[in-house]
Amino acid sequence: MSEIKKNSYDQHRSRRKFLKGMAAGVGLIALPGKDASASMWEEFFQKHFRELSKDDLKNVLARLEKKYSTQFGKQVTVKATPPIEGVKFGYALDLSRCIGCRRCVYACVKENNQSRDPQIHWIRVMQLDKEKGVDLSHAEHYYNPEKVPEKGHFYMPVQCQQCENPPCTKVCPVQATWKENDGIVVIDYNWCIGCRYCMAACPYGARHFNWGKPGLPAAEMNPATHYLGNRPRPKGVVEKCIFCVQRTREQPGRYPACEEICPVGARKFGNLLDPESEIRYLIENKRVFILKEDLNTQPKFFYFYAT
Amino acid sequence: MFYGLHEVEMKILRLACPKLVLLIVALVVGSFAGLARAERIKEFDRSGKLIVTEQSAAEQQPAYDIKNRPKEKVFEVPRPPFSEGIFPCSQCHKYMKPNPQRRTLTEYHTDIVLHHAEGQRWCTDCHNLIDRDKLRLVSGDTIDFTESYRLCGQCHGDKFRDWKVGVHGKRTGNWNGDKQYLLCVHCHNPHDPKFKALKPLPPPVRPGSASH
Repeated sequence: MSEIKKNSYDQHRSRRKFLKGMAAGVGLIALPGKDASASMWEEFFQKHFRELSKDDLKNVLARLEKKYSTQFGKQVTVKATPPIEGVKFGYALDLSRCIGCRRCVYACVKENNQSRDPQIHWIRVMQLDKEKGVDLSHAEHYYNPEKVPEKGHFYMPVQCQQCENPPCTKVCPVQATWKENDGIVVIDYNWCIGCRYCMAACPYGARHFNWGKPGLPAAEMNPATHYLGNRPRPKGVVEKCIFCVQRTREQPGRYPACEEICPVGARKFGNLLDPESEIRYLIENKRVFILKEDLNTQPKFFYFYAT
Repeated sequence: MFYGLHEVEMKILRLACPKLVLLIVALVVGSFAGLARAERIKEFDRSGKLIVTEQSAAEQQPAYDIKNRPKEKVFEVPRPPFSEGIFPCSQCHKYMKPNPQRRTLTEYHTDIVLHHAEGQRWCTDCHNLIDRDKLRLVSGDTIDFTESYRLCGQCHGDKFRDWKVGVHGKRTGNWNGDKQYLLCVHCHNPHDPKFKALKPLPPPVRPGSASH
């Protein structure tokens, strides 16, 4: 008897709680002003990037440009330049040249609007022992000596390998990440639900999660952005290297920021389908390897030794 | 005696002549036919399969002519990194008598310490003795400072080859458009070419040690 009584009491309480919660929820939705809520509704009902019609896309880009421009107090452009026909991007890094100076890490942060605090780096430079070779169990990425390179060590920057057979895109429950025709694996930050399955699937630790609200100072924000690339990200989504899609897909396309900053010229970038490109030359003429080849991810990021 | 020999010789020649002419004509025709015939080139692909391609006469490489060497491609490069106010060298050197004597410099250029095969090298091996605004190749040709990659390439042929195709050295600009090359000397001090160590930028923050 007493048990029944208790149950009905519980039921009663939870119903009350539910109604209260409902009221609060409705109140919250009603709270923002007229215009703000309109764009919020638009954002909420926005389709998947690949299902957007031309007009839809135009509206989405315009909405985002307006949003970011007011947020950062400067004219922000959001492009959605599609892949160039006949282009498959490849990247190569000369391990015999890299000195581990981390210039690429910070050039990337600057170009791609990563959060400064909490800190997100798309490139991680590992210090390895020359004696042990490419043995990742002995990798150290917090090294901080007075001068690099240090004797007996070599350096191996790791970023998204833009796999031809990417494990990350397969596990996404909402298809918010996919491989584009030019080989770049991209994320629709508006579609990502933040489940982080892709981070667990990636064998290169290349994906990063916005645990907190990204700390991006307005003065340091790069206003030339791409929808699938370096546009400001919200809290709770995954991000990663996208081969500076906002630069490389243009005609003429600039080199990625990390390639451009490298003081030793260890980084090489180009079109894998162009037999005249430097990336093809080095693949055909140098000692080349890919990271974790045994996983059959088929990276389009190659490590090589020019000497 | 002399006359007789001459007569015999003439006789032989007269007999041989039509045959000789015929032979020469046959040889010339034969060689032309051989040239015109497409040459077979044997190559192997990556899997080791034999590929036989035929090259027409027009496609065949002409023999290397040392007198008329093909002109080296000139690469667009930024201004060489001269020390402040040092170029053109002739602004001082035209008033000086060239001294080819190997010696330690005590008055000028004392900041230059050669650390680049210094045992075998001296200033005028690379710097032209007479016209100081030029560099000097081993062949004796003089080149501008903007073409100094040709000078470096004399010894560092492998690096030069890689540099030309864009594998050695830094490239900026556009991957599918104009590429900016740098001279060897933009990164390597020619008198002390080893790349200097740099201070690394800060390491990433360890998880859990963030400021907030």
